Amino acid sequence: MHISEGVLSPSILIAGGAITCAGTAIGLKKLNYDKVMGVSLLTSTFFVASLIHVPLGPGSVHLVLGGLMGILLGWSCFPAILVALFLQTIFFQYGGLVVLGANTTIMALPAVICFYLFRTWFKENGRKRQVAAFSCGFLSIFLSSLLMALALSFTDKGFLQASQLIIAAHLPLMFIEGIITMFTVSFLAKVQPEFLQIKE
Amino acid sequence: MMDERFAQGNSLLHTRDPKAKIIAATAFVTASAITNSFTVAAVSFALSIVLFFLTKLPVQLVLKRLLAVNSFTFFLWLTLPLTYGGSEFTAVGPLSLSMEGIRLAALITLKTNAIVISIIALLGTSRIANIGHALESLHLPQNLCFILLFSYRYVFVIYQEYRRLVRAAQLRCFVPATSIHTYRTFGYLFGMTLVKSWNRATRVHQAMVLRGFDGHLIPLSQDRYTSDDTIFLSVMLSLTLLLILLNFL
Repeated sequence: MHISEGVLSPSILIAGGAITCAGTAIGLKKLNYDKVMGVSLLTSTFFVASLIHVPLGPGSVHLVLGGLMGILLGWSCFPAILVALFLQTIFFQYGGLVVLGANTTIMALPAVICFYLFRTWFKENGRKRQVAAFSCGFLSIFLSSLLMALALSFTDKGFLQASQLIIAAHLPLMFIEGIITMFTVSFLAKVQPEFLQIKE
Repeated sequence: MMDERFAQGNSLLHTRDPKAKIIAATAFVTASAITNSFTVAAVSFALSIVLFFLTKLPVQLVLKRLLAVNSFTFFLWLTLPLTYGGSEFTAVGPLSLSMEGIRLAALITLKTNAIVISIIALLGTSRIANIGHALESLHLPQNLCFILLFSYRYVFVIYQEYRRLVRAAQLRCFVPATSIHTYRTFGYLFGMTLVKSWNRATRVHQAMVLRGFDGHLIPLSQDRYTSDDTIFLSVMLSLTLLLILLNFL
């Protein structure tokens, strides 16, 4: 879920950069010195998630897990995603430098939205948490592909159909992310509930 | 996969101070990314190739990377000429290819490749640890640099922990398929990876606090900013300025 460098128009790049700056500033402000180590290791774990390929029909897709990141990190997912994407730029040359702001916004903004929408649901045991976890995974990918499509079509009207294709192509990933987020959350609730800030 | 192959070497670019390279890369990439002119994109592509040859890195390595990166531009080549509209270039059977669509796809391909090659040449030739410390001395928020340095440090550890879990699953005859069982297994595997990394974070933090950690990281290798770096930076910045001015010709 990256937009390559050199695609977006300057105004979209600036808008993405501004949102990322603001989000990262809020995220860093909420981080105290005790939490920063946890956030760092979760950043590398989510980086590893992007290397996990799950089978889908004849091909495979790699995980994003933005929704889970939002639930676990809240606003801190902005700096975490920014760093993860920067690492990807240096390691694999995916994305880029100037487009980093836009790409971070595309992934982190839906994660924060999911955090605010569903965080109370996670505190309750049972079906409600499962539904929340599935919706988190599903919605974060949906919103991300929507933001990506918007960024492309605001850049150039000619991208309109290409961006509709992008949303359609992400549909299977939405379901897979929803299902995997659901299982991961139910696992975490059993094994390490303090992770989800759930009271026993 | 993540072995920083580009960072090995002692060419002209490898030995430059990461601070100078970060500033040069940001300026150059910005100038190439926002242009709409073919001339500028072509010149920046040529410049990036010159930069790459200065690194003396093997060409096959970068070609492999470019192949992966061009999957997005390939998607644009598939869609843009067919959907862009505008004047018709040529018609293949019932499909009409638009001139503007082809032009845009070509421009983006040129720009993307120029930028990727220049990022490999400028940033790939430094270790991420050095880049992290350089960003800190360029006055980026300390916590952000901390997250960068530490997540980089533990990416390999956590990846190996995840691989170990996968190996354990494979020994128990787990074969991934498109099934709910596979997704459940991956969900649990990832959950376990999260739990392990969270507990590791607590232990590392405690160990660091015990050793008097005060939020300050001390780099092991001291990069020294020399006059050569100033020359390099001024050459890069003037080339970038030239690129920007070319837009108005």
